[in-house]
Amino acid sequence: MRALLLCGVAALLATPAYAETIAITGGTVAIGDGSQPIPNGTVVIRDGRVVAAGANVAVPVGARVVDAQGKWVAAGLVAGFTSEGIVDGEGIDETYDGAAGKSVFNAAIDVSTAINPTNQSIAVDRTWGVTRAVVSPEANNSVFAGQGAVIDTGADDAPVTKARAFQYAELGEDGASHIGSRPASYVMLHDALAAARSASRGGDSKDALITRADAAALLPVVEGRMPLVVHVERASDILQVLSLKQTYPSLKLVLLGASEGWIVAPRIAAAHVPVIAAALGDLPAAFERTAATESNVGRMEKAGVTVAISTVDVSTEGGQRNLRQYAGNLVGIARVPGMTGLDWGAAFATVTSGPATVLGLDGEIGSLRPGRRADVVIWDGDPLELSSAPLAVWIDGVAQPMTSRQTRLRDRYLNPQEGALPKAYER
Amino acid sequence: MSQKIVVLGALLLLTGCAANTPPRSAGAAPSGERLVEPWKTDPFPSTYHAYPGVPTLITNVTIYDGEGGRIDGGSVLVADGKVQAVGRNLAAPAGALVIDGAGKWVTPGIIDVHSHLGDYPSPAVKALSDGNEMTSPTTPEVWAEHSVWPQDPGFSRALANGGVTTLQILPGSANLMGGRSVIVKNVYARTTQGMKFPGAPYGFKMACGENPKRVYGAKGREPSTRMGNIAVDRETWQQAVEYKRRWDKYEKEGGDPPSRSLAMDTLAGVLDGKILVHNHCYRADEMANVIDMSKEFGYHVTAFHHGVEAYKVADLLKANDICAVVWADWYGFKMESYDGIPENLAILQKTGTCAMIHSDDENGIQRLNQEVAKAQAAGRRAGILIPDEVAWEWLSINPAKALGIADKTGSLKPGKMADMVLWNGNPLSVYTRPDKVWIDGALLYDAHDPKRRPVSDFELGQPGEGDVK
Repeated sequence: MRALLLCGVAALLATPAYAETIAITGGTVAIGDGSQPIPNGTVVIRDGRVVAAGANVAVPVGARVVDAQGKWVAAGLVAGFTSEGIVDGEGIDETYDGAAGKSVFNAAIDVSTAINPTNQSIAVDRTWGVTRAVVSPEANNSVFAGQGAVIDTGADDAPVTKARAFQYAELGEDGASHIGSRPASYVMLHDALAAARSASRGGDSKDALITRADAAALLPVVEGRMPLVVHVERASDILQVLSLKQTYPSLKLVLLGASEGWIVAPRIAAAHVPVIAAALGDLPAAFERTAATESNVGRMEKAGVTVAISTVDVSTEGGQRNLRQYAGNLVGIARVPGMTGLDWGAAFATVTSGPATVLGLDGEIGSLRPGRRADVVIWDGDPLELSSAPLAVWIDGVAQPMTSRQTRLRDRYLNPQEGALPKAYER
Repeated sequence: MSQKIVVLGALLLLTGCAANTPPRSAGAAPSGERLVEPWKTDPFPSTYHAYPGVPTLITNVTIYDGEGGRIDGGSVLVADGKVQAVGRNLAAPAGALVIDGAGKWVTPGIIDVHSHLGDYPSPAVKALSDGNEMTSPTTPEVWAEHSVWPQDPGFSRALANGGVTTLQILPGSANLMGGRSVIVKNVYARTTQGMKFPGAPYGFKMACGENPKRVYGAKGREPSTRMGNIAVDRETWQQAVEYKRRWDKYEKEGGDPPSRSLAMDTLAGVLDGKILVHNHCYRADEMANVIDMSKEFGYHVTAFHHGVEAYKVADLLKANDICAVVWADWYGFKMESYDGIPENLAILQKTGTCAMIHSDDENGIQRLNQEVAKAQAAGRRAGILIPDEVAWEWLSINPAKALGIADKTGSLKPGKMADMVLWNGNPLSVYTRPDKVWIDGALLYDAHDPKRRPVSDFELGQPGEGDVK
């Protein structure tokens, strides 16, 4: 642990001055906004922001030039829905800050207060090009789980990009399992939103079933100032959620999961509701997902839905770094008869600008368009291909260490046998 | 007499369902005849049969033979359910179907040595949750095949998206001794017997570490610690040694047959070398404890599964002739997986240890080729160069060896089962999918033919039935 901290400090000290202008030249540039890769492009960053990226971009005078010939220069990956930084390992309950246990509070919970930037998975994912993550609490005994955050994975002590970036709610089978049934979940939702409105008008909320703090936290949701991310899978559940807009016209809805989204894709598109989808879920893992198919994302995109992907409903054990693999599969299935996939640019966007757009943050993160935070990754090949890996990572224009506990363990055990001293002395 | 019976028992193991008259097992023996040691018979014999195929020649294709061999621009000929020939310029026999494999790859079908399809099927409802008999820390008497639901939609995804032709379905890891596994061909059948791999030995699932101590500690009973885990294991193995001794004595000397225990049958089968041990074990130090325990009681661990720390003791595993069964990059999802690294497989390979990939996951089983590609790439960056055709052994001949079926499948050698995948590109690329899959020479998946796409009973009449999943 001490070694890790020291390593992080050393990296910070070694980082270039913030005001430095860097031009990364000669590489294949993947902007992340849905456009196709640009051969022999240039990316210019300054003061922690992207200045320009693409073909025919001039190298500013005095810029430090990084040669990326034969490599790819890509927007950092944005992990669409995670518990990054709020747990040291899924089964290590002592470390988990995602579920509030017996707390009487729910919607008011603010996950940004718990982010630990030194936990192992942040460093591992960082070395694999994941530069931002959407972090969410988990629902416990309410429809509402609380307020999620968007973080960066930088090796520094300021991980939160945006606190209280969204409210998270469960309205499908998972919600029903907490509350008792789907209809009961809706009663709780309506009651809580009514309490939020009433409290904002100074109304009497003595008989409200939610706490004052929770009601206050829901006000920006009712007023459309904070997105409401709703986890549902079944087509009929999706339609129910879309109909909430009739009662609450200001609601800024986002669908999470949406395995059967393809069935009602035109309705989702018409409602202008974006989706953070389960990446490749294709099994009827629950009755609410009987129509799941790998084509879900492609079909929704084709219908005009804004789609990002996440590891929700698929295995998370390899870490968020595997999102690029899932995006690559969405390209691959386009060649399978009867399947609907994505082209490369659209697939890459599902793990870069997609999650940012869904939460209204695409002006700030998720692509190499001018003005965005300079989250840049140099890959030794196509970022979606399994053989590729990052060679360098910048977050907010700051060069990041390319080590983690995993690289340290690898170096220690490349030859498993002990030498003159025990392994504990090798580092 | 006893020798003859032993021979018959062994034959039965080799041929599975072939014998019409089963030997007299301990369950039903006419008086006066010597009983066969009960672990040498299978009362639930395979009824699998190969489906018809047509003689097929794939030409001009890149071949990984599954045993480290590679032919560019080669040909594969299958007929009568078997691989007939692999080479550069094979002639098509009269009437053979010829497939131009330009731009495509042929490999043996993928073998997943660790799956819970069928015993933890989709949908994951309580009524179908049949993987862990969580009522005692040792349940060697249970057999996974009696939990497997052959209508699990997961089998079709593993076939069509994953190119998986054979899999071992194991009990879960709540128990120290979880029960017998079943090895199946990935061919839907009305019964689990209809999927059983003919002639495959049984596996036996054991588990180290966190799961047994957590499950039984929570019930306020032994084991609640890792030392409790090993103590309960050793007490049970000692009983098995005594049980087997009684049966061996009876077999040699006759007299009254010993009383029978289904639990002890399984363990005696392990001690006899007839049943292969697949031991869930994450941590390096725990693997070492299990190795010593196996020597104490005279059995052999075939493979450690989920060995996320196998890389730390790769030399120890090699010295003890034990395979490591691992993921490409899973780590950190529980304390005992905290030290997982993507170079695990490559370090094992470099050390000369038998190693392979596994899924343990209904999603992961659809992408085992991709998992191997990641592990291979991680090795390359660490300076361990493993050619594609050698990396493919992690998906084919190595799991076949660990399952005791390497003489039947796991590579494209003439005479072996024609379990084979034609890929629409380089199978170590993220952009590649199976184009066609044959099992015993029968074409059971064809991306271009909706009629060659299985739909389980569960999915009939449901939203999305028959969709390209």
